[in-house]
Amino acid sequence: MFLITCPFCGEREETEFSYGHEAHIARPENPENLSDAEWADYLFMRKNTKGVHLERWVHTAGCRRWFNAARNTHTNEILAIYKMGEQPPQEIKAMIEKGKKS
Amino acid sequence: MVDAYRLRSPLAHLGLGARAHEDAELSGTGVTMTEIPYRGLINIRGDVTDKTFVDAVQKAVKLSPPVDPNTVSGKPSTTRIMWLGPDEWLVITKPEGAERALNALWKNLKVDGLHAAVTDSTHARTCIEISGPRAREVLQKGCALDLHPSVFGPGQCAQTIVSKVGVMLIHTATAKNGDPTYELYTLRSFSTYLWTWLEDASQEYGLKVG
Repeated sequence: MFLITCPFCGEREETEFSYGHEAHIARPENPENLSDAEWADYLFMRKNTKGVHLERWVHTAGCRRWFNAARNTHTNEILAIYKMGEQPPQEIKAMIEKGKKS
Repeated sequence: MVDAYRLRSPLAHLGLGARAHEDAELSGTGVTMTEIPYRGLINIRGDVTDKTFVDAVQKAVKLSPPVDPNTVSGKPSTTRIMWLGPDEWLVITKPEGAERALNALWKNLKVDGLHAAVTDSTHARTCIEISGPRAREVLQKGCALDLHPSVFGPGQCAQTIVSKVGVMLIHTATAKNGDPTYELYTLRSFSTYLWTWLEDASQEYGLKVG
């Protein structure tokens, strides 16, 4: 059983959650000034990380709230859970930096 | 609110009243199941750190919304408030108290500058009550949540999945002999499936329809 800790409800089974893809993608301030390529990049292009990935989840069958998670896509281990609007913890940022170098 | 004479419980077609009559003399069964329809279910949203909101709810239903996640305030015999999220609760009333509670919440939460919402969802769901020495085992067949009384004791609640169906689950009480009573609030269109699934899961322990 794959458990995810909802920041509001606590530890629950994965089937209660839905995946919301990559986190921290900001909507461009002035979309009308973007080229088609830049807009397409915002809409469609996502990282395909092997390792630590920052992503969004929603507790669909529970409190229906969104939150962020740092998950290792290789081992499926959840390394950190943090609320919407927050930045990932420092140690997660460090892990991502380290992953880029190696 | 629907006119009382037009009410028809979501599980009425199963003839549970007649079955309860038949089962009345049964004893020693592992599980007892009952439908408790028409309870008032009113969804409220607001900021629990805002005193105006808490006071308004308190004034309307004589109860404060619980701050602790997965808990219920109030007694099962009267009005209760169930935690649904950090800014969302469900007020559960007896059928006859639903309209009064809804009007009181509407009236009291209508304050200038207060950001809150009151939504009546009374007829969206029905309640299945399941109790008895083996009730926990039955639920555990379709629910991944740890329902052991040390973790999920009386007064605890959860929105979770039981056999693929989304439910609001409350552990209402534990009898003196340790037998738990649970309530499952499920959407009315799923209720026939959930009831028949629970009935099937209860067969091996002996089922009494109450």
